[in-house]
Amino acid sequence: MNAGSWLTIDGNEATATVAHRVSEVCAIYPITPASAMGEFADAWSAEGRKNLWGTVPHIVAMQSEGGAAAAVHGALQAGSLATSFTASQGLLLMIPSMYKVAGELSPMVLHVAARSLACQALSIFGDHSDVMAVRQTGFAMLCAGSVQEAMDFAAIAHTATLAGRVPMVHFFDGFRTSHEVAKIRAVEDSVLRALVSDEQVHAHRARALSPEHPVLRGSSQNPDVYFQGREAVNPYYIAFPGIVQATMDRFAALTGRAYRLFEYHGAVDAERVMVIMGSGAEAVHETVDFLNAQGARVGLLRVRLYRPFDATALLAALPETVRALAVLDRTKEPGADGEPLYKDVVTALAQSHMGGDPKFGRLPRIIGGRYGLSSKEFTPGMIKAVFDELGREQPKNGFTIGIHDDVTHTSLEWDAGWRTDAHTGAVQALFYGLGSDGTVSANKNSIKIIGEATELYAQGYFVYDSKKAGAVTVSHLRFGPRPIRSTYLIGDDEAQFVACHQPVFLQRYDMLDKAATGAVFLLNSPEPPERVWDSLPRRMQQQMIDKRIRFYTIDAYQVAQDAQMGKRINTIMQTCFFAISDVLPRAQAIAAIKAAVEKTYGRKGGRILEFNFRAIDATLASLHAVPLPETATSGFERPPVVAPDAPDFVTRFTAALLAGEGDRVPVSLMPVDGTFPLGTAAYEKRNLALEIPVWEPELCTQCGKCPLVCPHSAIRSKLVPASLMENAPENFKYRQALGRDYPQDHVMMYQVAPEDCTGCGLCVDICPIRDKSNASRKALNMAPIEPLRAQEQANWAFFLTLPEYDRSAVKRTTLKGSMLLEPLFEFSSACVGCGETPYIKLASQLFGDRMLVANATGCSSIYGGNLPTTPWTVNAAGRGPAWNNSLFEDNAEFGLGLRIAVDKQTEYARELLCDLRERLGEDLVAELRAAARPDQQGDEQAIAEQRAGVALLRQVLQDIDDPRARALETVADALVRRSVWIIGGDGWAYDIGYGGLDHVLASGRNVNILVLDTEVYSNTGGQMSKATPRGAVAKFAAGGKPTSKKDLALLAMGYDNVYVAQVAYGARDTQTLRAFLDAEAHDGPSLIIAYSPCIAHGVDLSFNHRQQDLAVASGHWPLLRYEPARAAAGKNPLRLDSAEPSIRYREFVETETRFNMLWRSHPDAAETFLTESQQEVRERYHRYRQLADLPPEPPVDPAARPAEPPIPPTAEEDGS
Amino acid sequence: MIDLSTDYLGLRLANPLVPSASPLSRDLDTARRLEDAGAAALVMYSLFEETIAASEEAAARFFHEQAIGFGEADSFRPVPVADEYLSELDDYLEQVATLKRSLSIPVIASLNGISADGWVHYGRQLQEAGADALELNVYYVAADPFESGAEVESRYVELLYQLKAAVAIPITMKLSSQFSSVGHFVRSLEAAGAQGVSLFNRFYQPDIDLETREVTPTLTLSSPYEALLRVHWVAALYGKVDLSLAVTGGIHTAEDALKALMAGADVTHLCSVLLKKGPETLGRIRTDMLRWLEEHEYASVQQLKGCVSRQHAIDPTAYDRANYVKVMDRHRSPDGVWR
Repeated sequence: MNAGSWLTIDGNEATATVAHRVSEVCAIYPITPASAMGEFADAWSAEGRKNLWGTVPHIVAMQSEGGAAAAVHGALQAGSLATSFTASQGLLLMIPSMYKVAGELSPMVLHVAARSLACQALSIFGDHSDVMAVRQTGFAMLCAGSVQEAMDFAAIAHTATLAGRVPMVHFFDGFRTSHEVAKIRAVEDSVLRALVSDEQVHAHRARALSPEHPVLRGSSQNPDVYFQGREAVNPYYIAFPGIVQATMDRFAALTGRAYRLFEYHGAVDAERVMVIMGSGAEAVHETVDFLNAQGARVGLLRVRLYRPFDATALLAALPETVRALAVLDRTKEPGADGEPLYKDVVTALAQSHMGGDPKFGRLPRIIGGRYGLSSKEFTPGMIKAVFDELGREQPKNGFTIGIHDDVTHTSLEWDAGWRTDAHTGAVQALFYGLGSDGTVSANKNSIKIIGEATELYAQGYFVYDSKKAGAVTVSHLRFGPRPIRSTYLIGDDEAQFVACHQPVFLQRYDMLDKAATGAVFLLNSPEPPERVWDSLPRRMQQQMIDKRIRFYTIDAYQVAQDAQMGKRINTIMQTCFFAISDVLPRAQAIAAIKAAVEKTYGRKGGRILEFNFRAIDATLASLHAVPLPETATSGFERPPVVAPDAPDFVTRFTAALLAGEGDRVPVSLMPVDGTFPLGTAAYEKRNLALEIPVWEPELCTQCGKCPLVCPHSAIRSKLVPASLMENAPENFKYRQALGRDYPQDHVMMYQVAPEDCTGCGLCVDICPIRDKSNASRKALNMAPIEPLRAQEQANWAFFLTLPEYDRSAVKRTTLKGSMLLEPLFEFSSACVGCGETPYIKLASQLFGDRMLVANATGCSSIYGGNLPTTPWTVNAAGRGPAWNNSLFEDNAEFGLGLRIAVDKQTEYARELLCDLRERLGEDLVAELRAAARPDQQGDEQAIAEQRAGVALLRQVLQDIDDPRARALETVADALVRRSVWIIGGDGWAYDIGYGGLDHVLASGRNVNILVLDTEVYSNTGGQMSKATPRGAVAKFAAGGKPTSKKDLALLAMGYDNVYVAQVAYGARDTQTLRAFLDAEAHDGPSLIIAYSPCIAHGVDLSFNHRQQDLAVASGHWPLLRYEPARAAAGKNPLRLDSAEPSIRYREFVETETRFNMLWRSHPDAAETFLTESQQEVRERYHRYRQLADLPPEPPVDPAARPAEPPIPPTAEEDGS
Repeated sequence: MIDLSTDYLGLRLANPLVPSASPLSRDLDTARRLEDAGAAALVMYSLFEETIAASEEAAARFFHEQAIGFGEADSFRPVPVADEYLSELDDYLEQVATLKRSLSIPVIASLNGISADGWVHYGRQLQEAGADALELNVYYVAADPFESGAEVESRYVELLYQLKAAVAIPITMKLSSQFSSVGHFVRSLEAAGAQGVSLFNRFYQPDIDLETREVTPTLTLSSPYEALLRVHWVAALYGKVDLSLAVTGGIHTAEDALKALMAGADVTHLCSVLLKKGPETLGRIRTDMLRWLEEHEYASVQQLKGCVSRQHAIDPTAYDRANYVKVMDRHRSPDGVWR
């Protein structure tokens, strides 16, 4: 027997390590939380790791999960061992192929990190909604409830499917299991070898399609036999549960870890039993043990093999004493009279009862309930509440647990403070860190250290923020002598150790709510030990006194700086943890931390290793215990989450989410259809900037570049009558408007929003004006936010009260003018220095008040629409972009649907105008009809007139008593030109959504497609897309992408009525502005491909503009506009807006780590790619140049005869 | 047969023509061509401490620290194992080893550093990679008006001292011309264990871009005129110190090299001329040098060395201030300029 060596890894890695060893082909596509499995497999193959049979599995990254499933299907049909990994919408996209794979009895395992589906909202977190949507495909379904099970069941699934020919979904809970780091036993090669039968592999190969023994598979069948064919598979499904159990038994013999299809745990004479599958079963296991120890008679029935559903095994597992069952589903089936598992259990028991030999004399009462949707917490207190409910006379059926349903009253009450004794003798520790400060990686290391150096069991779970810039992470770590089954977060009053790695969190979180009495609180603070107490809010001080907290402080940033570590504080804080927590002896812990650092940075870490060591050694001397005073002395409290004057919805709902109290939001507060108000980001003051820009009005030429480039709309310009400056705050800056375009009695101002600025410095970077006597001083300069904050807050507040300049009087074609338009996209949670958001903001300025946005899933849908807040906002008139994110794969079609509906409404409104002509008056009707013609230009003057016309129409309609008048009122707004925008990243446009994008381009409809091209899947962590340039290193392309970037612009130019622009605002802002205006004005499809530097490029985004410039100058990113209107006017439609490459391609790629890292890892390949790319950019430039220089084709003379009549095809050639 | 050989840093070299630190040594073929042309040794391109640090930082950022703490993208790291990549230092060490393997002439590694730590750390590895000697290029700009000349000098001496403790191969210091008492300073270095000095470094010159008003570093190729400053100081040092002397900067022809040797140099470094005219130029300079020696009936370079040093010059005061006065006296303004 080989129980396996100890590993400390997460569920994804545990699964992937098995899948990679027993596969030959993996077709992959990134989707959270399953991406890591594909990434591991890819990386292992890239480094030459072999499978059980001594060959390196082939990994292929596909364009969508649909593609991945089909590729796997093909690989199976050709006789390979094939697998894939997915979740959520990805799994749904695989469904068609899954039916085929199952119908053909092809053995395979699909590993799923189960995740919520996009319904009223997208969610990346875990539940069973996705897997429940494939239970009808014919795949068997095996559910793992822990990291250990994920590894073990991967092995069991791959073995059983080969034995029984039924393909399997092996699933586990997204994040809770996929991302939980736990100390487990490995499934060793020898075990896999003993399990997987070569004979069955050979049998699979023998069934493959081969011209040596050809067959027809995948026929189409008629009413005569299709039905019978469906039934022909029955013996395989009947046999399969037995095969899985037999495999589990063999696995147990090999490893000592025994599993049952349905496994009962609890009192042998239990009356109340809970039926559940997935990670929740672990918490139930823990709770059942505790309750039974106290004399309760309860039990847990854990479901492992969900399909084929073996009712006999289920019944056999239940004790005969059972009187009541609660079946818990981690999914929601709206409109059903019970969720799937519940109904399966009811059916099993009912069938048993109806049969000749019922298991139970009296049919137990069975209730069903929902829990844990989208990773909602599922705690012992909740589990106890369910058991309590089961004991009632009339228990609630169709209940929910974990939320407060005050609408349909499904929820059970629970005692949030109720605990089991599972953590007696264990350590529970919480760490609050910034996403970028390395807290999570240090904690993962700590778990490994403790896992490897001690006998203790270890668990780590990491809660992430919904923000990209300044994201907060909370690490939940547990260590203890017994196996840890607590699949829930550390609760209030539980943590013996709480660490705050960023002093700013003192203002944001009640971290000590979680602290147990006598806990340690470790604070990273720049305050010296004697003053640190005074920096704490009063409530926190009181908690420290009440809970007798042991308080330690360190100035970790100072230690880091002294050790030349910059801002890397992770190993310093980690050292503090070990020094105070006593989990390990100090010396041993420090040696282990150093070893971990060495492992992380490798032997190539160079002096970063030494700096780390130096910092670790210096830490203890800088760590101070702070004695607590007798009483709280602080004069301040944590500030309110949102300003007191925030709207009601923000105060009641948004503020709760911002405070981390969203779990307490009752159902009644939730919008029923996923609809939320705009403009909420403005209430979330994140105060990320350490420095903000300061404007020098006397130097400024009012060019408008700074508001253009600001990724967060945190610097704005306004032009207002000078008379309004009378009430301006003392330090408010403004200056007479320059230039002749605007009235001389107006003043211009550029104002920063100090609490929304992220301090990226891009506005200063772009500022072209330098002080004549001091070249280092520009018209904008960064300065420390203190002491400016209060002053600029007041200035910003005043700025907001000032009126916007009349849109129709603004000269939109100039930067200065367009930047006077109010951005209706502000303060997004995008990364500091994001290269995407300036484009979106520009569109919102130019067209926002009449914009409909279809947003593909990706970064832009996350910073655009991830609760709690949204950056999309409204103007003073209440108008603004109406936004929706349908899916990742269907965005173009979704946007087309918006356009078609709007066009139809316009058409209907025009028809109704005609119908009501006599009542409305000819003049009004003619005017409105003319204004609403689709070919009308959307300039601001015209829009204003259309709006005035509609307002007048509405007035007139009020007095018309006619059903058509009522109908016209519902569509009258469609008489104002609408601007439909389809926005997404390159993953969408080049890969998963390309088919739809292509179709929409071909449709000829008036939509504006904005592709934010970061040349990589940014949101899911940097996987290669077809927009990734040759030679760039990305996930799935660790050796550099060997093929060139797809030329989307050229492909789109293949349609003659598509406006195409390729832009890079940091290289040529006026071309970008022009492209947006022209694209929107074009009456047909427009495609703007926008170069968007991203952190995945491995560049400091404060060089964002330089990188755009280099991309253009090197020929990597030619700027162009293809304008069909020019062709109609007898001109060449293509204009090349950038000059011939003026620098070598090398000069561009050397500045970006995504490229230059390849010289470090694969130098020969890097040189080859560079040569190829250099050639390619030159050729592409010349191709474009030639196209742009071609004389325009003269218009066709309708009278001219074709030279030759076409030859009709012969019968053979006519393939139709 | 005229004996061109010379002793430099305790190494016996076939002739005094040694290509100085330049990109020429980055490429093995070019290095071979230099050897074939007659180069007596090769000073490699400089290993810049800042470049190594920057490359380590970049690797750390790209491989280990691409987390932004967002649930969907907890890392942007493309590969799980970063051990396989070649660092800037690896490249250099690899090149040292390659050159040593492929060439039969001595290979002198050049290290351009800023911190004491860096010197010791990298110096040791360069020795292990097989370098025959180390040339240290202390690229220190004494821009701090509160730092005295003595402090600057002791910084160099201290660096050298620490490195000497760590490596056994000979060390030569490439110096800036901006020392107030070059001779005294060279003696201090000698006392601290330097086996040679190389006179003088040519600094990048910060230029001003008139349009952007930004400062841009520039480095133009040398001109023969620049050699004269070096010749002057070698002449002054010859006989006063026992360490090896090298002239670097402005040696373009056999005549330039001969002057340097006459002043007392043990070797002359070539760079700009090779970059401009190709590695084979070295061969031509060698031939020209031989011809001159033959014509002037010198039997060896050894015989020539230092013959016009300050010690042996016909009029040693010509190397002193008198020289300055003489030159100024001879200078005439162009016609039409009133003075």
